[in-house]
Amino acid sequence: MNNSLLVVLIASGVAYGTPLLFAALGELLAERSGVLNLGVEGMMLVGAVMGFWTVERVHAGTAVTLVLALAIAAVAGTVMAAIHAFLVITLRANQIVSGLALTIFAGAAGLSSYLGNDLNLADQPASKTFHAFLPSGMQDIPVIGPILFGQNALVYVSWLCVIAVGLYLSRTRPGLNVRAVGESPAAADTMGINVTAYRYAHTLAGGAFAGVAGATVTLAITPQWVDGITGGAGWIAIALVIFAFWRPELCLVGAYFFGALQALAPQLQARNISLGPTTLWTNSLPYVMTILVLVVVSSGTARRRLGAPSALGTAYVREEH
Amino acid sequence: MRISVEQRLKRPRWLAVAVPVCSVVFAFLVAAIVLLATGHNPVSTYRKLFDAAFLQQGSLDQTLIAATPLAFTGLAAAAAFRMKLYNIGAEGQMYMGAITGAAAGLYLGGRGGPSAFVIAAMVVAGCVGGTVWALIPGILRAFFKTNEILTSLLLNYVAGYLLTYLIFESASYWRQTKGFNASVFPTGKPLPHSAVWPGFTIHAQGGITFPLGAGLAVLTAIVLWTLYKRTRFGFEAQVLGDSPRAARYAGVRMRRKILAVMALSGAIAGLGGASQDGDFRHTLDGDPNGLQKQGFGYTGIVVAALGRYNPFAVVLIAFLIGGLENAGNTLQGPSFPAGLVGVIQGIILFSALGGEILTRHRIRVARRRPKIATPAPAQSPEPAA
Repeated sequence: MNNSLLVVLIASGVAYGTPLLFAALGELLAERSGVLNLGVEGMMLVGAVMGFWTVERVHAGTAVTLVLALAIAAVAGTVMAAIHAFLVITLRANQIVSGLALTIFAGAAGLSSYLGNDLNLADQPASKTFHAFLPSGMQDIPVIGPILFGQNALVYVSWLCVIAVGLYLSRTRPGLNVRAVGESPAAADTMGINVTAYRYAHTLAGGAFAGVAGATVTLAITPQWVDGITGGAGWIAIALVIFAFWRPELCLVGAYFFGALQALAPQLQARNISLGPTTLWTNSLPYVMTILVLVVVSSGTARRRLGAPSALGTAYVREEH
Repeated sequence: MRISVEQRLKRPRWLAVAVPVCSVVFAFLVAAIVLLATGHNPVSTYRKLFDAAFLQQGSLDQTLIAATPLAFTGLAAAAAFRMKLYNIGAEGQMYMGAITGAAAGLYLGGRGGPSAFVIAAMVVAGCVGGTVWALIPGILRAFFKTNEILTSLLLNYVAGYLLTYLIFESASYWRQTKGFNASVFPTGKPLPHSAVWPGFTIHAQGGITFPLGAGLAVLTAIVLWTLYKRTRFGFEAQVLGDSPRAARYAGVRMRRKILAVMALSGAIAGLGGASQDGDFRHTLDGDPNGLQKQGFGYTGIVVAALGRYNPFAVVLIAFLIGGLENAGNTLQGPSFPAGLVGVIQGIILFSALGGEILTRHRIRVARRRPKIATPAPAQSPEPAA
């Protein structure tokens, strides 16, 4: 029963969806403060390569190494986000072009590839990985076992992050301030909120999340380093934020949905199920579905009720308001 | 000490040239630091880079081969970005143009049509393929207000899978099915001779060959410049980009403009795809490590942004960045760090973006805080910026 296609799809959807979830939570924080960062893919890749590097080079206990790897991946993502933050917040550059520049700079043919090559990381499996750790008795419970208990530690960490981000945005003073900054920076400024500081902090936090998301790919899902290993997950994460109406709990739902779509291709292949040009449509499905969902979400009534932060994508200059 | 940023009243023209030039210099300096930090010698690495890009025997030919697709994707991005339509799907639109262009070449060339006719058909087919693919995000944006950045980008992956599928996973019209090699490693059918685009050789410096595509790219730049500077269409598109509300009040039809500009952008990228078939690859290249690995569509965005969306500047910069890409390709190996070219491109783009602030603002460094309202007797007050 635990090997039936549906259960396996949901269970691996949760696993595959975790990097999407981390990246989407980070992008959500940045966007809530009014900063659109299209560099998620690049930040993820740098986090992925640095996390993998840590695991290959640090010789300590498994748990210590893995936590250190996550920390280094988060720092790497933060450094990447800092470039974007400086350009768009301090220098007021175009957020869209700057984000694209970040993806080109850090992405599959840029810094992440440079680092992966220079640090000799290609063509080797990760020596330590995140894997399911709960007792097998729990993992073998029908249906909910593999889905809820057969996951690696990062999945449970991501659940905590969803709760933390949700509470932060709705129940804490700084969280409410961020939302004010994202909706109306001029009004927030008048209230005495430091718009620049808030935007910097949340853009950097977004980078840290993206770095962890990248490390999730190289340390839990496909434990190795290949140039461009994230394969567009960063872009799907950006779409997820729109799809989730800028709400963390909906990010979780969306991430698992797209995770399951990504798991579909290898699962059908493993089971020798062939449905016409299988590889073509199962590979394309996550991307096509993302587009379809975006269309539904962005048209008409849905957009009006639960729209984007009003100041998203615009620079704030006190003198010009 | 206090640093303040003020808006400039006038934008000096020389800054429009100085900023990109300084960006490039700055990028090479920063990349030199990266190289030093990772134990490479920047001087010898850069020397190798420039030799391979522009100076060695035959290097200019290779640079033109790398620059031609970048000119197309750069122009495609410039055409759309000018109207603040962020079409970053030039990559996928190029694949689609390559698919339709190759279909036209294989079909008409196989029937023995005259070469000029076959080539013209490939150009048209390539444009159509790119246009169709670009109209998907265009229609979604125009009628459903769906973010075109994400849809155009996600379609790149779909087009890539389609390309791979046609050559590797199906017995499609484009795939070579005869011969021993076909059963070992899948490739595309070779284009018939009449569908191969001619090059024009200049007998200077040991001969430089200009591919037909390079000429078409220059022609496209002229057309694009005329369209945006000299026609009502271009003017309206720019107004729509700068101020949608003003354009709406002036009676510009928003949806039509979005569709037209996306179609134009896609057609240029698709033409670049047909040029890949006809000029360089002489088959439909479906290998994930071939055309798809080049990332011409994404580099085109760098080219367009550096050229500040001016078509002629885009063609010039495509040539320079093409040199960089060519050097990155030929030098690939243990002695030359992979990914360096992407790093340099990224930093060039960052510094060009940061430099933009200098063209719009002046930075003033004051020693002390300006005193508050000391009324000076009988002085002509400076006009406030």
